[in-house]
Amino acid sequence: MVSMSKIATGNGHGENSPYFDGWKAYETNPFHPIDRPDGVIQMGLAENQLCFELIKKWLMEHPEASLCTAEGVNRFKETALFQDYHGMPEFRQAVAKFMGKVRGDRVKFDPDRIVMSGGATGAHEMVAFCLADPGEALLVPTPYYPGFDRDLRWRTGVELVPVICESSHNFQITRTAMEAAYEKAQEANLKVKGLLITNPSNPLGTIMDRETLKSIVKFINEKNIHLIGDEIYAATVFKDPEFVSISEVIQEVECNHDLIHIVYSLSKDMGFPGFRVGIVYSYNDAVVNCARKMSSYGLVSSQTQHLIATMLNDDDFLHNFIMESKEQLFKRHKYFTWSLSQVGIGSLKSNGGLFIWMDLRKLLKEKTFDAEMDLWRVIINEVKLNVSPGSSFHCHEPGWFRVCFANMEDNTMEVALSRIRSFILKNNESIVPRKLCRRSSLKLSLSRSLSRRMDDFMSPAGIMSPHSPLPQSPLVRART
Amino acid sequence: MVIEIEKPSSVRLSKVAISKTHGEDSPYFAGWKAYDENPYDEVHNQSGVIQMGLAENQVSFDLLEKYLEEHHEASSWGKGAPGFRENALFQDYHGLKSFRQAMANFMEQIRGGKVKFDPDRIVLTAGATAANELLTFILADPGDALLVPTPYYPGFDRDLRWRTGVKIVPIHCNSSNNFQITPQALEAAYQSAESMDLKVRGILITNPSNPLGSAIQSSILNDILDFAVHKNIHLVSDEIYSGSTFSPSEFVSIAEILRNRNYKDAERVHIVYSLSKDLGLPGFRVGTIYSYNDDVVTTARRMSSFTLISSQTQHLLACMLSNHEFTQNYIKTNRERLNKRYDMIIQGLKKAGIECLKGNAGLFCWMNLSPLLNEPTRQGELELWNIILNQVKLNISPGSSCHCSEPGWFRVCFANMSEQTLRVALQRIHKFMEQRKVCSVNR
Repeated sequence: MVSMSKIATGNGHGENSPYFDGWKAYETNPFHPIDRPDGVIQMGLAENQLCFELIKKWLMEHPEASLCTAEGVNRFKETALFQDYHGMPEFRQAVAKFMGKVRGDRVKFDPDRIVMSGGATGAHEMVAFCLADPGEALLVPTPYYPGFDRDLRWRTGVELVPVICESSHNFQITRTAMEAAYEKAQEANLKVKGLLITNPSNPLGTIMDRETLKSIVKFINEKNIHLIGDEIYAATVFKDPEFVSISEVIQEVECNHDLIHIVYSLSKDMGFPGFRVGIVYSYNDAVVNCARKMSSYGLVSSQTQHLIATMLNDDDFLHNFIMESKEQLFKRHKYFTWSLSQVGIGSLKSNGGLFIWMDLRKLLKEKTFDAEMDLWRVIINEVKLNVSPGSSFHCHEPGWFRVCFANMEDNTMEVALSRIRSFILKNNESIVPRKLCRRSSLKLSLSRSLSRRMDDFMSPAGIMSPHSPLPQSPLVRART
Repeated sequence: MVIEIEKPSSVRLSKVAISKTHGEDSPYFAGWKAYDENPYDEVHNQSGVIQMGLAENQVSFDLLEKYLEEHHEASSWGKGAPGFRENALFQDYHGLKSFRQAMANFMEQIRGGKVKFDPDRIVLTAGATAANELLTFILADPGDALLVPTPYYPGFDRDLRWRTGVKIVPIHCNSSNNFQITPQALEAAYQSAESMDLKVRGILITNPSNPLGSAIQSSILNDILDFAVHKNIHLVSDEIYSGSTFSPSEFVSIAEILRNRNYKDAERVHIVYSLSKDLGLPGFRVGTIYSYNDDVVTTARRMSSFTLISSQTQHLLACMLSNHEFTQNYIKTNRERLNKRYDMIIQGLKKAGIECLKGNAGLFCWMNLSPLLNEPTRQGELELWNIILNQVKLNISPGSSCHCSEPGWFRVCFANMSEQTLRVALQRIHKFMEQRKVCSVNR
């Protein structure tokens, strides 16, 4: 038998994580409103599907953006031949402009610092290759996106050391936590080369405030380590407070810019994961040069560069898209969290991302990760929802689950919610917290909260969501 | 509170980042820079440098454009773009089934239907550049070695070695037998690796060869496979020029060799393919790995996450390549045109007194300028190359950048320009050779 490499035969691909088990359950029995109404609903995939109509409309109005139309085919040959790893200038300009717009034009991005990669997946691996040797380490705040275990470590040989964030601090990154992680790495004889933050956070859906970001920038400068800011969810912040980027903070505090690198992508903000548009933006010239060479392994298809360049250079479209996307996400998030709260399920307060960080701690039989896995298996197999267990995100505390809400139609969302309601009802005695059981205050507090929520729920235009904002909570019904 | 930030000399980047293994200091790329600074243009810059160092296929674009003009409904997202959303969301590393099917069919057609390809063994990567690196990560550990016949594509130095930490040990080929790979050369390379304490994990051949422009004969392919079996190592066959053979009968794929052996020993064989050369679409980043080894397929698929092909591009090409009439006509016409170009350059060079290796494939010819060298060394070759680049104003690729063990050979691309530009290039060569004759006569 001819052998493969250690990298190939090891588990560095990360697919043995429960994060992917749920997907497998979904794939063997995927929900379909008509053909498979009892199938598993996919809530483990952070996709943004809410604004495709807007994009389709733009495509219809701009046939020149496609190389396959009469209007676009004259660009076919030069585009098909273009394999320069610098990337098309108009593509880089358009992306730089988009990134600036998403940050309220408070920063300007230099198109010549934009390097392409095979999605953010490729970008992360590429940055790790540039900044760290095999055996060296990156600090990563928990909970974090499970893909990092593969993207940052698999072929690079780099280690990850967690910066532990706790619910008591709303999972915010503290100076203490960063110091502790740094020390732990030292004790394990691991040379720390950088800190990777995801802001807005996956899986939390929260953004970092200015003070936290400043504290992080201060920390990395003191330790003389790199800072990688994964900002792929930047445009998904749908409510105040406004998103603050690393790029803004370094304009406000002392910082060695050679340490600062941003990973970006169009997969979440625009909903184009298939197009593999990953970006590395570095303030360090040597990193830009090196990354650019490495981007040969993951260039963006010139056909796609052409489409994106045309689309993102349309200022009106950009403006509308960003606004509309925020609004749709806001509505979805509001409805979803409100509906969950009606059955006593809370989640971390968040204002961004394509998911919520759901708190099911009170449903655990015991405060352990085993109990979390047990609960998760019930959710997958009985409730038939693929949600992602906190342990797969290396969360320090059991009982949290990431639930995606932007990757489905409204009616699928309703089905998911009704399944959750039924499940909670069934387990009523064991899980409903004592305060919700007190009859008199229940009715009062619910009706108060309902009316307040209805106001919140009305969109700025005063239009109510087409689906009823007042699903009758079975708990309410049972008591009247 | 303001903290004192000392500007350190610079936080060290990784060893990979600092190394020169990216290979861009090679003369292969220096010539490109000269071209970039002063590019030839038929109308605007007739004294500029003509790019003959870039193996692109530009002879058949009209066929592609015609297809798009006649089928734009099918290959865009349809009226009202109903397919757009699904396409934009599709990031499954298995790749679009329709696209894999179309690729399998295309690869079969190129091989005259002599072998079949299973779409489920096709792994997609963003270009052959990524495919070769990915395979190296899978087949070899850092510090291990791959055997590669010389002369070889300069990009391998980067693609096989840079981030992987794998080493290349050359299998030396020379002009005495038209640079064919021999069992003796294979064994010598293997021994050489052993003597350097390097574990050999595989052989990588390019068939048809870049830079030689010739297909490997089936007897030699058999020898190579036998060698791989004997040493229990992998065999990677980079067949990205398979559709660019001037006549279909001239090319034998490793797939056919396997089929003739009933696929015994197939689990060590992997084929790299791409649409950059045969279809002339390097910008679209379409590479594939076809492996007969299930574990390699599974692992390669997982690794392809770092380098997936844009679903937009998969969709376009799925449409285009499933159109049998189009692909049959394209393959046939492309071959004829390349053959014509090849004849044109060979005749032109012959008239100027220059011989080339007999070729039957590819987008370039392997030109022998050894009689012109001041000294039969690499230095002599680079001096000559400098003259050709700066005086004759042609960017051709010196054999030393391809690790050729004999000085004086140059790779000259002919398919990346119009016929008119090729004529201009040939005129310049002719004039150059005339001048040299005059000089030597006067001495």
